[in-house]
Amino acid sequence: MAEKILIDSNEAVARGAIAAGCKYFFGYPITPQSEIGEYMSRELPRIGGTFLQSESESASIYMLYGGAMSGERVMTSTAGCGFALMGEGISYISAAEVPCVLVDVMRMGPGIGTGGGQGQTDYRLATKGGGHGGYHCIVLAPFSPQECFDLVQLAFYLADKYGMLVMVLSDFIIGRMAEPVELRALDFGPVPQKEWALKGKGKKGGRHDWLFGGTSYPPRSVTENVPGYHLHQREKYQEIMAKEVRYETYQAEDAELLLVAYGSSARMAWGAVDIGRAQGLKLGLFRPIAVWPFPNKELKEAASRAGKVLVVEDSIGEFVDDVEFAVLGQVPVHLLGVWGRHIPGSQGIIHPERVLEEVKSLL
Amino acid sequence: MSAENKVKVCATPKLRSFVPILHCPGCHYGIIIRLLCENIEELGIEDRTILLCGVGCSFLWPVAFNLDCAACPHGRAPAMATALKRIHPDTILITCQGDGDLGAIGLGCFMNALSRGEKLTTIFLNNAGYGMTGGQMAPTTLLGQVTTTTPGGRDPRTSGYPLHVAELAAVMKGVAYSARVSVHTPANYQRAKKAVKVAVQKQIDGIGYGFVEFLSACPASWRMTPRECLAFIDERMIAEYPLGEFKNVDRID
Repeated sequence: MAEKILIDSNEAVARGAIAAGCKYFFGYPITPQSEIGEYMSRELPRIGGTFLQSESESASIYMLYGGAMSGERVMTSTAGCGFALMGEGISYISAAEVPCVLVDVMRMGPGIGTGGGQGQTDYRLATKGGGHGGYHCIVLAPFSPQECFDLVQLAFYLADKYGMLVMVLSDFIIGRMAEPVELRALDFGPVPQKEWALKGKGKKGGRHDWLFGGTSYPPRSVTENVPGYHLHQREKYQEIMAKEVRYETYQAEDAELLLVAYGSSARMAWGAVDIGRAQGLKLGLFRPIAVWPFPNKELKEAASRAGKVLVVEDSIGEFVDDVEFAVLGQVPVHLLGVWGRHIPGSQGIIHPERVLEEVKSLL
Repeated sequence: MSAENKVKVCATPKLRSFVPILHCPGCHYGIIIRLLCENIEELGIEDRTILLCGVGCSFLWPVAFNLDCAACPHGRAPAMATALKRIHPDTILITCQGDGDLGAIGLGCFMNALSRGEKLTTIFLNNAGYGMTGGQMAPTTLLGQVTTTTPGGRDPRTSGYPLHVAELAAVMKGVAYSARVSVHTPANYQRAKKAVKVAVQKQIDGIGYGFVEFLSACPASWRMTPRECLAFIDERMIAEYPLGEFKNVDRID
């Protein structure tokens, strides 16, 4: 077994990226994820890499875009309003099909929000876009420091495999939660060669490449123009929807009420299942690990078996839309959102006991 | 004269791609593309040069070169070039950006790259307006100049003053070279070519940022013939935007 150390998820994300071979990080400070950049600023120069503090998230995303064109593994991280500023660049990266990883550690609310309190309010922006023009990104939602360490490595692999930006969607509680993490470097297998990378044609046997992020010039993988480009993108997204669904269930087989949650809310729901089961309540949990592609079919089956669904998320309701779409009206879907916090305020969370209280009102 | 004695005095640079120049008749961009090709060939850096172009008419540039090239989003070429240069320090990064791209939407991105003292070269194309979108006002539009968004002529009380980027770049510590040039006469072409060569050499030598601003004709948005454009540059643009070197240092302490 690899070494195990006590670290929080922000550090686990940074360490996971380095374990995946990422040596270049571009980012702008914003709570609650500045520790990722701080760690990178200390560690990357030691391994011959580069940390660069950008002047804004707009610059960060274009440093990520330019960096991805180099053919090396590159990453940025951000939160809330900083994530929103990156929308245009994410769209360009999706069009150009260059691989890279973005970590969003969510905080609460629109605008400046709580200035860095807990929340899960970037879900829609992450899973449905936020940039223009229509695209998808794979979005992985870890719920522990260990999963942060592992999923960021998976994110780099998937980014290379499909030629796209892959997001890791963390949140305030997850980001600053410390647990023992096994520092295991994961091997997912070979990835496509990046023969298109911009590094000067001298290193490519005299061949040069022209990279564009748009439909008026075809990306490197298609030769047709607009219809061909969109057909290619659609086929790629369909392949991802078929192959990259990831989820976990807990006590769901005989559950009479299914809790559905991701990230920190899934931890609260997990606790509620344990407490409820001890009291004889047949509760189960369904936890998407990838929130795009969403496990529609698998969730629909589990929800149909249970007959009742309670979504727990720390927002006014974003993730619940995907759950309702998956279940397609077959069973009632209830929501316990940000108003369900046991402790109100920016640092508040929804406790397992509060989830259980809601469960009892539904049974 | 026999065939053996023939000397080729003029040819298409070998870095020019098969794609024809896509700009309007009378536009100076084709001339500047040639000038860039000649310089990159003469400096012997074509194997390690990466060209990043902006949005606007320069969006058409990447396909003009037999080089590693990318088209960047509006105003963001300096950020992308920064990342590429940091990752591949042995490459030569040249950004080509118009006055809307660099002077308006991308001014912050550009100034921060200068402020960081990046080892990059920027070719700035000043044609006193937005060409691609049909002749709107740019930060570089002259006072009194009629554009589609200043139908009564640019009035500083509502639209501000012409932006002098070459002078602005020169005051930044991280800049090794800043000049303004033109290609509206053969003599100016030679001076412009030399300026670009010096600016790129500053990057090759690792001294600092190199910047060259071109005054460039835009017959379509100026509503002028190509010949009238030459006179406009000579009489009006140079009066506002003087040609010459604003900074040339061999060391930045």
